[in-house]
Amino acid sequence: MTTDFVLLMAMVLAVMVTVMTARLLWSAIGLALASAVLAALMFRLNSPVAAVFELSVCAGLIPAIFISAIGLTSRLNPEALAKRWRHKLLKYGAMPVIVILVVWALWQLQVPLTFVAPPPAVEQDVRNVLWNQRHIDLLGQMSILAAGAFGVVVLIKGAKRE
Amino acid sequence: MSSEMTRLFSMFGVGVCLVLIVGFYCVLTTRNLIRVLIGMEVLTKAVTLLIIASGYAAGQIALAQAMAITLIIIEVVVIVVAICIILCVYRHNKSIDTALLKQIKG
Repeated sequence: MTTDFVLLMAMVLAVMVTVMTARLLWSAIGLALASAVLAALMFRLNSPVAAVFELSVCAGLIPAIFISAIGLTSRLNPEALAKRWRHKLLKYGAMPVIVILVVWALWQLQVPLTFVAPPPAVEQDVRNVLWNQRHIDLLGQMSILAAGAFGVVVLIKGAKRE
Repeated sequence: MSSEMTRLFSMFGVGVCLVLIVGFYCVLTTRNLIRVLIGMEVLTKAVTLLIIASGYAAGQIALAQAMAITLIIIEVVVIVVAICIILCVYRHNKSIDTALLKQIKG
């Protein structure tokens, strides 16, 4: 429990660094760190297969894509950003109040955290679940990958034509 | 569910809420398109953690892993397509400022 708590706090800290840091490169590195800590949490929660996916894809591939995109684009104008900061504070000054109100409303609703008991023959092998019970999900994943590849090709071709 | 499991799930629930708040804050306050995408990625991390914690607490960890893998694959595709769109926007506007997206027509 203590290890889980430390890992959870490390993840929250990594996410906060990702969001608060001024440089996008540090944000991408913070995101990779958060993914790595999430993968460690998944290992702790008996999910090694999902953890390997998280570590290889979310902590490896996605930050690499982000860093490539950051390298291909330029920074925003710092003067314009400083001018907008004042407006941003006014615009989102109510956010803490909204968060407090949402937490209070959830507290008042008293959402029960008890779970319905699982059915007797629960499948514990992720391969069986993925290939036998959730094969429609696999079809969906393949369709999404194909649609994503098609979308990228169309966008790149359109940009080249311009 | 045992009290130990309830405490563990409550702890993860609080952590997920914190990460969600940070992610929403990032998406709402920034004007940089790449940072908006990073915020979305943070939100997805919170959801992944919630799925795994729920599966662990309910004793359905294999199903939760299958769901998490599906989510990770969808996340990658969304990120890659969104990065392509951002690069197209950058080529067109020479900036990734969301304020310039108000000028889109058609």
